[in-house]
Amino acid sequence: MDQGGSRKIFDACVRKEVGMSHQQKTNVWYQSSFELFEKSLNGEATTPLHAIRRGALERFHALGFPTTKNEEWRFTNVAPIAKAAFTPTFGLPGHIPSAKEIERFSFGTPHRLVFVNGHFAKDLSTVGKLSAGVALTNLATAFKQHRDLVDAHFSKYAPFDENPFVALNTAFAQDGAFIYVPEGCQVDDAISLVFVAVGSEPFYIPPRNLIVLEERAQLQIVESFVTTTNASYFTNVVSEISLGRDAVLEHDKLQHESLQAFHIAAIHVRQKERSNFTSNSIALGGSLVRNNVTTVLGAEWCEATLNGLSVGTGTQLIDNHTTIDHAKPNCASHELYKAILDGKSRGVFNGKIFVRTDAQKTDAKQTNMTLLLSDDATIDTKPQLEIFADDVKCTHGATVGQLDENQVFYLRSRGIDEKLAADILTFAFASDVVNRVHVPALREQLEFLVHAKLNEGRKS
Amino acid sequence: MSTETNTIEQLANKEYKWGFVTEIEAETAPRGLNEDIIRFISAKKNEPEWLLEWRLKAYRHWLTMEEPRWPNVKYDKIDYQDIIYYAAPKQKDRPKSLAEVDPELLRTYEKLGISLQEQERLAGVAVDAVFDSVSVATTFKEKLKELGIIFCSFSEAVQEHPDLVRQYLGSVVPSNDNFFAALNSAVFSDGSFCYIPRGVRCPMELSTYFRINAADTGQFERTLIIAEENSYVSYLEGCTAPMRDTNQLHAAVVELVAVGDNAQIKYSTVQNWYPGDKNGKGGIYNFVTKRGKCIGKNSKISWTQVETGSAITWKYPSVILQGDSSVGEFYSVAVVNNHQQADTGTKMIHLGKNTRSTIVSKGISAGFGQNSYRGLVEIKRGATNARNFSQCDSLLLGDKCGAHTFPYIEVKNRTSRVEHEASTSKIGEDQIFYCKQRGLSTEDAVNMIVNGFCKEVFRELPMEFAVEAQKLLGISLEGSVG
Repeated sequence: MDQGGSRKIFDACVRKEVGMSHQQKTNVWYQSSFELFEKSLNGEATTPLHAIRRGALERFHALGFPTTKNEEWRFTNVAPIAKAAFTPTFGLPGHIPSAKEIERFSFGTPHRLVFVNGHFAKDLSTVGKLSAGVALTNLATAFKQHRDLVDAHFSKYAPFDENPFVALNTAFAQDGAFIYVPEGCQVDDAISLVFVAVGSEPFYIPPRNLIVLEERAQLQIVESFVTTTNASYFTNVVSEISLGRDAVLEHDKLQHESLQAFHIAAIHVRQKERSNFTSNSIALGGSLVRNNVTTVLGAEWCEATLNGLSVGTGTQLIDNHTTIDHAKPNCASHELYKAILDGKSRGVFNGKIFVRTDAQKTDAKQTNMTLLLSDDATIDTKPQLEIFADDVKCTHGATVGQLDENQVFYLRSRGIDEKLAADILTFAFASDVVNRVHVPALREQLEFLVHAKLNEGRKS
Repeated sequence: MSTETNTIEQLANKEYKWGFVTEIEAETAPRGLNEDIIRFISAKKNEPEWLLEWRLKAYRHWLTMEEPRWPNVKYDKIDYQDIIYYAAPKQKDRPKSLAEVDPELLRTYEKLGISLQEQERLAGVAVDAVFDSVSVATTFKEKLKELGIIFCSFSEAVQEHPDLVRQYLGSVVPSNDNFFAALNSAVFSDGSFCYIPRGVRCPMELSTYFRINAADTGQFERTLIIAEENSYVSYLEGCTAPMRDTNQLHAAVVELVAVGDNAQIKYSTVQNWYPGDKNGKGGIYNFVTKRGKCIGKNSKISWTQVETGSAITWKYPSVILQGDSSVGEFYSVAVVNNHQQADTGTKMIHLGKNTRSTIVSKGISAGFGQNSYRGLVEIKRGATNARNFSQCDSLLLGDKCGAHTFPYIEVKNRTSRVEHEASTSKIGEDQIFYCKQRGLSTEDAVNMIVNGFCKEVFRELPMEFAVEAQKLLGISLEGSVG
């Protein structure tokens, strides 16, 4: 069935003219999209890689979009995504942004990969001098040139048997970033991955990133999701990360999508001995946002640091789910997630920490803080510890509140008016997370964006 | 450390000493559940028509419900047709005084350390004793009556104060609230009823002692406590059961209503149902719905629980803070040892302005025990200046047990302040070393540390209970220090 016919069925279903369940109509839609996708692959549809895609699509059909009855999605209703027919694209759009528009997302680094609607834009990308053995390219190229690495790592860390969005991403995985850092290699400059959404149509954008660091490799990555449009598109990104022994990775993410857009993201990390993973996730845009960060501390002496900041205004819903799986002894994890909610925005946080039977001497600390700036803002937070070992130190803390009156008073007594005092304190609350980003140019940009976002919330 | 581990393990392996069976003739309903059984129970109790209808409505609704599977506990499917829903010690008529109560029953309670006769003479605690499904004796009734306090068995209340029962029954826990509450509403047999009139401060602790005796029965009791304006009551609940190989179901419902302004209800539980043997065989399934509603301004409901028994515990004593400036409290110590499982916690629903709630939960896991704290703090939009503080700490003794926390925090009001803190740790080797250095044995050191860990909760218990709870804790953990 062609896409047009399928869309007609889909729309008729939404209007309830055809007696098909939501699930069926979604399946028809994505099945027909998938067939189009297969055609665009030019005979590559027989590779083992494509078998994974097919399996993922089947799994998606079986799972369907989650409802709020699913504990994982209790507070986040994805019906708006399920109700719309997002169109996948199989190549760069005709009109792409200029290099100038992208410039500010380079964050002072010579390495920049740009993806427009999920497709690699070679002309906008630059790759500086890299040590021998480092691979920095797009996934579609890597499927051809780095077959062994892709086969060894692709779809090994982000399981799609439970999460329908990972399944849907895997089914349509065609492009994204591919980064490979060999043993002992330290990449000095951060690598910037820019995902730009353009066009006024409801596009389905499923970028897929694969990042592999071998023993003692070190790297900083900045993923930014930006847009030139205010269309209602759907980004569904999955990043898989494998860290070898003693590897160090800082993964910074700036999510600044259109306020109409849907952004569903999953970062899955597998860590080996003494590896160190840091994730800084800043969420500013999107109408419905879900970030999953999952790391498996699969060997001893690993460390994981997860930081997050969401700033919600208007009717935004920003949902952060983190999972830290302490599978082996002597690992440490630190987590700080903050949210500032204004207008009618909603925040959701679920921080899971598992400590398996083996994982003695685990040190896990989690903090979740929310600042509610308006009467209509809502937060649903659920820290969750599941501990099966005894010699561990695990704590979590969650607070929800408003600005401290004493602090406001202190500033006012020094001649700062109430509004400015509130701004200063709110910004300071956010800075706590922003300051943890180690890429200076990104930090500056974040300060600017967070400030602008807070002011925008104030005005509305 | 290995010798210490041994002592700790020995410490945790003390036997359940309330596991005896009383040989007493019982009148039971046939096995299974259907509308006839409900009619049978209702007829036995000589109940008015409306109550039978209420039961049947609950039963019909129960048929449409599914047993919840979300708690973090594992157990085999319960066959609800294989349970005896009504068992009562055989008696000719309702006893008018203790003298008429079957001496075998009284001996049972004496063995349990609750001498009803002694209670009659010594002031202090008024007891309503519930044996299997029926209330056998209530002490101090007359004395309380002088103050206008009604304290009697539930069936008696149905006969003598039907208006009060009808007004408040199901007002906090509706009959269709959840699977086990619906089941209880359909088949509940007895329980305690307590009414504190306006301006009365109940001069003694009221207490109910629950005892399951007959085999293959379920116990479904229902407690209803109503406190009017400016009244105060402190209520205690204790429970034990014989040792049996099969699991027995206990699905109770407790409703507390702080109706008037400044009404205060303090509800304390020491739950010591048979926890099953070392291999996890037998034991009570304790699936209980407890909820209180603060309707009046400045009213207060406080739950204190010490949970040491039951194979599986599944309960969330909750408070609905409806009246402005009302206060909810939850203090809990939950101990799991051997193969026990507990999924317990609380819900604090803030509706009124300036409402406050405090949650202190201490979980201790030993052996193969799995302990979960599950709590909800919900601040609704109108709850201006609501305040919550939660603390849940877990102590792990041994490396085969587990501690889990699932706190939900849902806030819809920006003037509110919610704080949640949780920690998990084991008894530090340095702490034990410090105590040993000062001449304490490992056993004493562990006991002391565990008691210190629970102190914030024990402090909330009435004195006699606090002593009892401390002893109980020592026994439950015997042999598990590590």
